[in-house]
Amino acid sequence: MPVRTMVVWCPHWPLTAAGVSPHVPAAVLVANRVIVSTPAARAEGVVRGTRKREAQSCCPGLVTLDHDPGRDARAFEPVVAAVEAFAPRVEVLSPGSCAFATRGPSRYFGGDEALARSVTAAVRAAGGEGCRVGVADGPFAAALAARTGRIVPPGATTAFLAPLPVHALARPELVDLLSRLGLHTLGDFAALPLADVMARFGPEGASAHRLAGGQDERPLATRVPPPDLVVQCELEPPAQRVDTAAFVAKMLADELHQRLVARGLACTRLLIEAETEHGEHLARLWRHEGALTPPAMAERVRWQFDGWLSGAADADVPTGGLALLRLVPDEVVPDDGRQLGFWGGVAEAGERAARALARVQGLLGPDGVVTAVLSGGRSPAEQVTLVPWGDVREPRSAPPRLPAPAPVLIPAPGPAPAPAPPTGPASAPAPAAGPPAPAAGPPAPAIPTATAPSGPGDSTPVPLGPSDPTTTPPATDVPAPRSRRGRSRPRRSLLGTARLRSREHHPPWPGRVPAPSPATVYAEPLPAEVVDAVGNPVAVTGRGHVTAAPARLAISGERWVDVVAWAGPWLVDERWWDNRAHQRRARFHLVTAAGVAALVGVTNGHWGVEAIYD
Amino acid sequence: MALAQERVVPVLPALQPLVGPGLRRGATLAVVGSTSLVLALLAGASLAGSWVGVVGLPTLGLVAAAEMGVALDRLALVPHPGREWPTVTAALVDALDIVVVRPPPHARSGDARRLAARARERGAVLVIAAGGWPGPDIQLTVTAGEWAGLDSGAGHLRARRVAVQATGRRDAARPRHAWLWLPGPDGTVTTALPPGAAASRLVCSNQHIVATTAQETTHVAVAPTRSTAAHPVLGRGSSPPARARARAPA
Repeated sequence: MPVRTMVVWCPHWPLTAAGVSPHVPAAVLVANRVIVSTPAARAEGVVRGTRKREAQSCCPGLVTLDHDPGRDARAFEPVVAAVEAFAPRVEVLSPGSCAFATRGPSRYFGGDEALARSVTAAVRAAGGEGCRVGVADGPFAAALAARTGRIVPPGATTAFLAPLPVHALARPELVDLLSRLGLHTLGDFAALPLADVMARFGPEGASAHRLAGGQDERPLATRVPPPDLVVQCELEPPAQRVDTAAFVAKMLADELHQRLVARGLACTRLLIEAETEHGEHLARLWRHEGALTPPAMAERVRWQFDGWLSGAADADVPTGGLALLRLVPDEVVPDDGRQLGFWGGVAEAGERAARALARVQGLLGPDGVVTAVLSGGRSPAEQVTLVPWGDVREPRSAPPRLPAPAPVLIPAPGPAPAPAPPTGPASAPAPAAGPPAPAAGPPAPAIPTATAPSGPGDSTPVPLGPSDPTTTPPATDVPAPRSRRGRSRPRRSLLGTARLRSREHHPPWPGRVPAPSPATVYAEPLPAEVVDAVGNPVAVTGRGHVTAAPARLAISGERWVDVVAWAGPWLVDERWWDNRAHQRRARFHLVTAAGVAALVGVTNGHWGVEAIYD
Repeated sequence: MALAQERVVPVLPALQPLVGPGLRRGATLAVVGSTSLVLALLAGASLAGSWVGVVGLPTLGLVAAAEMGVALDRLALVPHPGREWPTVTAALVDALDIVVVRPPPHARSGDARRLAARARERGAVLVIAAGGWPGPDIQLTVTAGEWAGLDSGAGHLRARRVAVQATGRRDAARPRHAWLWLPGPDGTVTTALPPGAAASRLVCSNQHIVATTAQETTHVAVAPTRSTAAHPVLGRGSSPPARARARAPA
């Protein structure tokens, strides 16, 4: 006898999860085809399987959304939690639908109808808009019953299934064959003798036959509810002082630690939440590369309250005493210990530093303390990624000034990245002009899909054909007068070992500013003006020639200083495939009469000081 | 910890003529006129395993720091401490070996005194990356500098030679001067000869730096380590290295 099952089904869940109202025509697309659409869109003829262009011609105002299974599953979690309030073991069939056995809950709540009403109300309250509930013998029949919101009485499942079309089996090949054989309903299919079905369709056909006959013996693969590790404490009377709160925090931390230890877990990320008596809600996340010990947790609570109460973080300063304190282990890992340094010294210094830096984070917020990671890039500002202290030290994968890319609906096949030439230090023939070789080969586009192999920088540079000969002279076309003067050979011996080593870790960035790097780097270039000997502004032509030798420089509107030595221009033409991030820039080294060396760039006739070698 | 027991924080050998064998723990240094010199001070300590904190320098060139030898995974930055800078600096002074701070303009002298006292008490080295600090133990000032590597339109910045003056209190009261490559043509910080010195032939690591004297101080050509005579192009004598060799005093 199949297990009596209730299925909770939220129609067009991906759209509900994305926060789209059913009255707005919207559709979620995968591979250019609609997989789900709102009732408003269906009324305009946009149904599952419609191509994107057809859908947009049927319904010009259609909102198209990217399919994001992660988002769907995340948004479904509150719904599952609401259902778990009725029955402990729930199987999530897919984001948007879940099932549980009703035998116990149904008796407790007074029958299937009463249970269905309660579950529907709870799920709708938890965000499962328009959800439907079906009860039948077995999950397969219950899922079908949920489509129409029916409660099939016990034993009537076979009769319920019989008139339904065979498409409900969701086995396209078998269904196609069955329709051609004249078997259009599940009842027709179930009426065939099992031995004949087995002989003709094999085991898969036999299992479909059992489903069609209402003999769904599959047990539910229920999930075990996650352990509740959150500890909280209500403070009565509300704590007005930091040390009172810290004392309570110590108690809570001990309790949390015991719970974690009992499960063999260690907390690496802790969410500290507090509520004041006036209902203000304060929360901050703390990370720790090792496991947080109870004193460390209590310490962080104290720092955090210190920061809040002093108002240093310019956050909302609480107006009343703390009424509630909650510690939520946001990320737990199996506690497999931690290996300390052999002599202990370095580890101890690191621990001291980590404590001090966490303290500063409590004052300024998590982003107040950063560490630097070298990443790919051409300008000095691009070659560094700042990550908050305690985060994973990973370089960013896109240049900093790149705006966030709009959601790409169709993964368009971009230009296939050609294999990059081996540009290791050993095989650098360096036919290019100055040591900062003109950026002839723009890097391959970093396509946001998984088609392009993207390195730690944004991509691997490829030798590109003459894309636009008037703008960027390709490297191979650079005439070799300087090579004739023997510049190319000494260059190799000039490259410091540090630079060679860094090349091994990062893809080469043709056109990057060579070592030594500037010690002062401006995130945004300082506006500057550069003129030649007679006072005309210096410009760089489309072919990369400088109109006149720079003679004087003024930074940020200050007085003019003479330029005594200069080099350049070095051209970069970056991210030309992206209209918003595309930049063409020519860089110069200028040394002024005062002995100041600057890295100066010009874009669209606007000069800017990017960095100072001071 | 091993480092805390030592009385000094190590510095690069090139800086030892200026600050002594190391930075005395608890000392306050002011560096005026060069961020690279700050990085060079940090590099010695960082190479020896110390943790380094930098407060209030949002424009610090971190690639330059890495090239100079500062370990970026032991470098903590607080770029925008705001008006909490004394608290932040004090917190870092408590735990780190060397802390760089650039105080905002018009910082109160009381804050400065308290921070110096805190560093003295905790045995950390406080480096002030600005002038105007009241009574540092040692003040390093870059008094002159010149860049090499640029021709009119060609080349790129390669090496810099700076004159550094160290003044201070107590045993550092007598001003000391030194010329430094900051950085040298091979990217390291080494002592340099003054530009006007008669001997212009310098040997840096395994590369021969041939510098001409007097008028052409900014022109530094670097010859490759291997013999260029056999090279069909370079051996003709028209290339800059060969020319430089011909001009170099024997």
